[in-house]
Amino acid sequence: MQPFVRLAGPAAPIAEDNVDTDIIYPARFLLRMEKTGLGDVLFRDRRFTPDGTPRPDFVLNREPWRRATILVAGRNFGCGSSREQAVWALADFGIRCVIAASFGDIFRGNCLQNGILPVRLPDAALADVAGAALLGEEVLVDLDAQRICLSGQRSIDFTTEPAVREALMMGWDATEMILQRERSAIAAFQERHRAANPWLFAQGACP
Amino acid sequence: MASGTLYEKLWNSHVVSEDGSGNSLLYVDRHILHEVSTPTAFDTLRQTGRAVQRPDANLAVADHSVPTRDRGGVIADPLARAQVAALARNCAEFGIPYLALEGPRQGIVHVVGPELGFTLPGALLVCGDSHTSTHGAFGALAFGIGASECEIVMATQCIRQRRARTMLVQLEGEPAPWVCAKDVALAVLARLGSGGGTGHAIEFAGPVVDRFGMSERMTLCNMAIETGARIGLIAPDATTIAYLEGRPMAPGGAMFDRAAAAWRTLASDGDASFDRVELIDVSALSPCVTWGTTPDDVIAVDGRAPDPAAAPDAAVATRIAHALDYMGLAPGQPLAGLPINAAFIGSCTNGRIEDLRSAAAVAAGRHVRPGVRALVVPGSTDVKRQAEDEGLDHVFRDAGFEWREAGCSLCVAINDDRLQPGQRCASTSNRNFEGRQGRGARTHLMSPAMAAAAAIAGAIVDVRAVMA
Ligand code: SF4
Repeated sequence: MQPFVRLAGPAAPIAEDNVDTDIIYPARFLLRMEKTGLGDVLFRDRRFTPDGTPRPDFVLNREPWRRATILVAGRNFGCGSSREQAVWALADFGIRCVIAASFGDIFRGNCLQNGILPVRLPDAALADVAGAALLGEEVLVDLDAQRICLSGQRSIDFTTEPAVREALMMGWDATEMILQRERSAIAAFQERHRAANPWLFAQGACP
Repeated sequence: MASGTLYEKLWNSHVVSEDGSGNSLLYVDRHILHEVSTPTAFDTLRQTGRAVQRPDANLAVADHSVPTRDRGGVIADPLARAQVAALARNCAEFGIPYLALEGPRQGIVHVVGPELGFTLPGALLVCGDSHTSTHGAFGALAFGIGASECEIVMATQCIRQRRARTMLVQLEGEPAPWVCAKDVALAVLARLGSGGGTGHAIEFAGPVVDRFGMSERMTLCNMAIETGARIGLIAPDATTIAYLEGRPMAPGGAMFDRAAAAWRTLASDGDASFDRVELIDVSALSPCVTWGTTPDDVIAVDGRAPDPAAAPDAAVATRIAHALDYMGLAPGQPLAGLPINAAFIGSCTNGRIEDLRSAAAVAAGRHVRPGVRALVVPGSTDVKRQAEDEGLDHVFRDAGFEWREAGCSLCVAINDDRLQPGQRCASTSNRNFEGRQGRGARTHLMSPAMAAAAAIAGAIVDVRAVMA
């Protein structure tokens, strides 16, 4: 996974609550089996007309946000379906950080698996960032310092759980980390668990 | 020992290790797989040379992209065909039990798991699908995960999670006739809002839940995710245990008795404290419908769409206006009487035998309004067989409904079943998001009886008026 330390770029404002993953990545494209090259489907029905013409008023079709590396959203961003395609489409477009008032839990987890930083901000701070985003200012997100820098020396601090921050900054592969660090703990747990709940290990054959 | 909630007990009994910042590594007992969220997980296993830790802890079935008719032949859509074939091939390669599309046990992941007894109380169960909350109806710690996490689970038998806050939703009173579990679920959404449950594990309790059968409990837990809560939980009781006894993949004989004894102890302590408690009395509840594009846009069937002019602030007004526009509704418009193009009875919310019985009771001796396309899609092939044994297929067909094979169908519209832009559908599924049933399609969520009544009336209608 690509490490995330610092990121600067235009931030695209999506001033809407409850943007679900069906909006981010419409269900009808879920038959695709790869996780790369999905950027063309990102916000498909908001971004394009049915015949594929870009809608000029949609933020990601406008300068400077066509080059956005950050999204600034509202409440409950990424709610709904667990589809990781939503995150893969964001990544393929070039988005590596989403700043919002809150996130759908599964979406947030999916971001972390793909080196995308989800930042949660209280309303006032979020409004500040959204204002800068709307002006097309360059926004700097520094995970190392846990700080968002806006133009004119303004900055906003945020917090990330230490383990999450470390994993993102190191670009760790989650499976590899578990296998390396936890193998014996898992084996020991499994033995205890089996002894306490043998029925969980003795299911009938799959019909 | 300090007293705890059911969620905390389930959590504690699965912690392998903790990282000191609120994240724990949890042991996974059950993983259910479907064709849409797993192809990349298997690709990663192959690329990294990792093995599946416990193939027997996995169960796979194709449901989302499968056609629901003409099932004998080749799947017409080449992408869907490739996706289903990939699941079968991947399962064969990694030794994972797979319920064949042509077999008697295929169905929607969240219908099949419980039906087979693969879902058990006290188990930690995951699936690359947000409605995995359904399985919490058994007192399992069940939640949806992403595709990358499917690979983590298969390779490590574990999942890293942040502990949720706890919420008790206490359901009091007695629902009126024709007010069912779906209406209660919608009432919970109306109370909590989409996002109101985010970060929480919800436990449903109270006399309403005690009286509910497993099917109704699953409907309730299924829709917990629409509040943002990844987990909906119900403590196992005699109803749960009776449901599981004799299921093919449930433990048998003396092992079942031993398990059942343990399951009876799975409950929140009387003095356990929840981070949040909501009390909802369902006695005065009417059948509910959604008017908008998030599942909490709920009103009683005799209610009116909201008026943005009456919204508390500009942001809410904008959202309401946008949703009304998408739904083709005027501010303040009554929902009853609104003509529909389609009705969909099925999905993991309402595709079980009890749901079909309820819809059939409305359909019996009546006829679908000409011009309305009405689909009945059993949640599993076993539900279909049961329904046919009971003659429900004839009831539906005689009434002008299409009787289909099991699958997700119009709940997600990535298969052959989808609506055209602007079409309006009375649907028993769980999401009314923009485009969910096809680009530009308009979805009104409701119960199976209400959807059947709408099909017959050709418009949104109070089922009680149809049955009067
Ligand atoms: S029926 Fe709908 S909600 Fe349930 S698993 Fe299928 S697509 Fe998801």
